[in-house]
Amino acid sequence: MNAKSSTNISLVDLKKNFEEVHPGLSNQEAIEEANRCLYCYDAPCITACPTGIDIPTFIKKIASENLKGSAKTIMTSNPIGASCARVCPTEELCEGACVLNHSTKPIMIGNLQRFATDWAIKNEQVLFKAGQKNGKKVAIVGGGPAGLSAARELALLGYQVTIFEAEKEAGGLNTYGIVSFRLPQVISFWEVDQVKSLDVEIRTNTRVGKDVSVNELTENYDAVILAIGMSSVPQLGIDGEDLDGVYDAIDFVKETKEKVSDHLLGKRVVVIGAGNTAIDGATCSVRLGAENVKILYRRTEAEMTAYDFEYEFAKQDGVEFRWLTAPKRIIGDENGKVTAIECIKMKLGEPDEGGRRRPVPVEGSEFFTLQVDAVIKAIGQSRYIQLIEQFGLEHDGGVVKINGETFQTSNEKIFACGDVIFGKGQGEAMVVSATQQGKETAYAIHKQLFKQVTETA
Amino acid sequence: MADLRIDLAGIKSPNPFWLASAPPTNSGYQVQRAFEAGWGGAVWKTLGDPILNVSSRFAAVSFNGQKVAGFNNIELITDRPLEVNLKEIYETKKRFPNHAIIASLMVEPKQEKWHEIVKRVEDVGVDGLELNFGCPHGMAERGMGAASGQVPELVEKQTYWVKEVAQTPVIVKLTPNITDITVTAESAVQGGADAISMINTINSLAGVDIDTWNTIPHVAGKGAHGGYCGPAVKPIALNMVAECARNPRINVPISGIGGISNWKDTVEYLLMGATGVQICTAAMHHGFRIVEDMIEGLSNYLDEKGIASLDGIIGKSVKRYSDWGNLDLNYKVVAKINNDVCINCNKCHIACEDTSHQCIDMLKDGNGNDYLQVREEDCVGCNLCSIVCPVDGAIDMVEVKSEHPPMTWNERQAAIGSVQSCEVDIIK
Repeated sequence: MNAKSSTNISLVDLKKNFEEVHPGLSNQEAIEEANRCLYCYDAPCITACPTGIDIPTFIKKIASENLKGSAKTIMTSNPIGASCARVCPTEELCEGACVLNHSTKPIMIGNLQRFATDWAIKNEQVLFKAGQKNGKKVAIVGGGPAGLSAARELALLGYQVTIFEAEKEAGGLNTYGIVSFRLPQVISFWEVDQVKSLDVEIRTNTRVGKDVSVNELTENYDAVILAIGMSSVPQLGIDGEDLDGVYDAIDFVKETKEKVSDHLLGKRVVVIGAGNTAIDGATCSVRLGAENVKILYRRTEAEMTAYDFEYEFAKQDGVEFRWLTAPKRIIGDENGKVTAIECIKMKLGEPDEGGRRRPVPVEGSEFFTLQVDAVIKAIGQSRYIQLIEQFGLEHDGGVVKINGETFQTSNEKIFACGDVIFGKGQGEAMVVSATQQGKETAYAIHKQLFKQVTETA
Repeated sequence: MADLRIDLAGIKSPNPFWLASAPPTNSGYQVQRAFEAGWGGAVWKTLGDPILNVSSRFAAVSFNGQKVAGFNNIELITDRPLEVNLKEIYETKKRFPNHAIIASLMVEPKQEKWHEIVKRVEDVGVDGLELNFGCPHGMAERGMGAASGQVPELVEKQTYWVKEVAQTPVIVKLTPNITDITVTAESAVQGGADAISMINTINSLAGVDIDTWNTIPHVAGKGAHGGYCGPAVKPIALNMVAECARNPRINVPISGIGGISNWKDTVEYLLMGATGVQICTAAMHHGFRIVEDMIEGLSNYLDEKGIASLDGIIGKSVKRYSDWGNLDLNYKVVAKINNDVCINCNKCHIACEDTSHQCIDMLKDGNGNDYLQVREEDCVGCNLCSIVCPVDGAIDMVEVKSEHPPMTWNERQAAIGSVQSCEVDIIK
């Protein structure tokens, strides 16, 4: 059975394949589910939410049909609350903590959060007002979840905030990196608009270090936040990587967010890697009409970093998984187009410093070749080391070093949050964690700048 | 944000949400927590001669798995010394000068008793008094609470005694355990009440344990009737508020009480003539924090409607409430089933077939699919099908243009009467 027969994927109308997978709760479903919530006091779901959304309160407000209030409760704690309703691993966070796990079944918190925020989006609600201007200016490099979240909080506190965004639109990962059938761009754009409505200037198509100099920021602003996230997928370091038909998973997904083309229709695709981005690459390929999609991973199912629900989703889409399989060489034809990939069998050896068992080639095993038309690389993301160094910041392999309490980098005027500080024991790579870091960075700046004011006064 | 302030017979509060006199307002600690959470006022748990309480006091009724559809209690008035309560009222008022504190009072029906307690509570700075003529259990057996609230003369006389000395506004809290609440409401007005509040709890027995055969709740194997409140009593209370609001002889503000759980219930009470509301069961179920949604929900509602303050809704539905004899006999609605929304549970059919007017047919279309259809000519517009329908939007009740002009029963009888008197004249 191939991918098409097991799912509702259309080979005629590819665009349809990229519509949101889940339709969202109906009014009646939402009211019924909201009334099932116990409205716990000091609820564990609140603690489990990295942004600390008052979940019982927003659900109670759905039950009472105070939907504007509900959306406001969500967005107050989480400026990216509409996206997070869709992309958070809720079973590991709020829903996993729901006390009803112990008696019946947990409340569909993510879906209810989506219901309330969808209402706000549909009814074009503007939920917040900028604070009284306090005379301070902050520059934020990067308009993704961390940058937007910091901007929102700073704007509420009265700062004049400017976001420098290299892409055409702000929103970062939510706008470009999460597949449309999970998170359509309109949701991300609404969150961006909420931030813009607070008098925050967003300079898109503006790459810091190229279109605007680093010095311009450090000299003209009272503080700078580096929220630049991560860059493209690194090289595999094997032959044939430059062939036509080899894609960077990040770019690959980004393209599907803006337009759906039929270049993979009927094609055979392999994806290298088994994280959430690899799953995205694979499921997007299926939705672009690929005939066969395989994920190659050099470790096993147990070590894969994709969320369980993403893994399940990929299997439902008919994606095949080849464990303990590493690429050795990508083979092309005379026109430079991919035709095959040569692989080797691996086994798990000794654990590495992170505790994960290191894959090693099975000695004496034969190389084997898969006939493919496209190879998607999804083995992680590289970092904007050059820009970090232009700012003159200390870093560890592109992970900017910060003071964990103040979010200050080695330059005390420059703060950092989001993926740029993720790794090397600093934080978790979730949209919701980046959002929380953005908030905390804003508070840290406020504390820093206004402590100084009172001291000098 | 809309202006939510109210002025109920001179008692001002930042919003219409007061805690009713009940366990939540037992102490200064609780009332201060409530004010911190946002409640606009509190009616202190009834003061009087301290009493003794029993253990096991509350019971609730669940309905189809939903907890606390109704709530029943056999707790009495405060069991704390008057001096302690007065000291805490003083401290609370000092800390929250802009919030309303109303002292609920209950003493024996004697003039000097009322004079004494009114002076003592007014000395500590309350904003108003509420006379508890409604407590249905325990105190009533001693001639107080509902026992005096059921006798119109006693309501009037005791209100009068209080008004002889009271410096602050006097609210009379009425019992629903009476045939016509407007009679005692009118007595309160005659006695000089500045406002009335309703309803107190309704005589109730929450249940019987079918295994032990004990009452619910029971005290050492014995039970006594309690007072019923919570969402289940709202329609009863709302009617009583409306009946008083539309009665021209009861021309004082009303504080609405009974099953109010959220901002929407509040809007209904205000539309039906209440100036503010009192809440207890919902707070007992969920804590004081519920008031945040109430304030925000009410404010959003007013903002969306473009109404600046509560004056814009208070009493706006009263004129739409009347006697049956004033309803238009020629107005007609019929049920319309939206087959694209209908899930074919057939509940409307069986409800209509067995218990109403046999006008919903179960049919099959050309493809053999089941569908339901209303025979409009037989439909009386009773609403039953739309009431039992489990799906939003599957059944609409739609107005059918009448070929006759509006005519009420009273108009009809008057018309027939005049024709008959004409005939009499002719015969003469």
